[in-house]
Amino acid sequence: MARAMALTRANEIGCDECFEQMDRFAEMVYAGSSAKESLPLVADHLARCPDCGEEFDALMKALKATS
Amino acid sequence: MRGLRASLAARGAPQAAALAEDFTQEALLKILDSLDTFRGESRFTTWAQKIAIRLALTELRRKRWQDVSIQDLTGENENSPASTNVALSDPMPDPASATALRMLVERIEHIMKDDLTDRQQVALNAVMKHGMPLEEVARRMETNRNALYKLLHDARKRLQQGLEKRGINIGELLELN
Repeated sequence: MARAMALTRANEIGCDECFEQMDRFAEMVYAGSSAKESLPLVADHLARCPDCGEEFDALMKALKATS
Repeated sequence: MRGLRASLAARGAPQAAALAEDFTQEALLKILDSLDTFRGESRFTTWAQKIAIRLALTELRRKRWQDVSIQDLTGENENSPASTNVALSDPMPDPASATALRMLVERIEHIMKDDLTDRQQVALNAVMKHGMPLEEVARRMETNRNALYKLLHDARKRLQQGLEKRGINIGELLELN
């Protein structure tokens, strides 16, 4: 918790906004392109939010399974 | 829904195939319902899988946590790692650092009680100390996940300000760059 608090940024997006962009972000990660640089707020949220992080991991596994 | 079954299986969900079947119909309905929101920024299948996964995980979380009330989580949970262990999850090079970190955590606990609203404390406690999914905390607090994330964000910012006000440089103490 101490670490999470220390790394808090003034501008963070919420779960809804992250969800909206998650598919795009996932495809970029899968393709090995600069997802973190292009969508830094999404990357940031996924690192902080356990729910969204879990969903993102699951989406990556699904992408790998269906490619 | 091959993707959904794979991601559920990878998550260790028992009877992933059967679960995926159950969720598929609901997911298909949700996808159809949301078609007008598809903007073509990714492949259709990726977008659809995202929706299916959200649905499936929401339901799995609900089932897993259904017998846990938020009152069960107030204060320290003696059976699970204490908050100090969460903060101490980084490797400790020496006892002096460990002590300093423990003191920092205690300070944060005090600041939480002084500076945060009851609602913020309940939410932070449930999510960060006890690992309750945001969805589940939101449900019990009669709000939604997005609003809860923002509540947590505000709480974290307030804690940050509280530490700065009291002259504590947390970044330095945790050796963050």
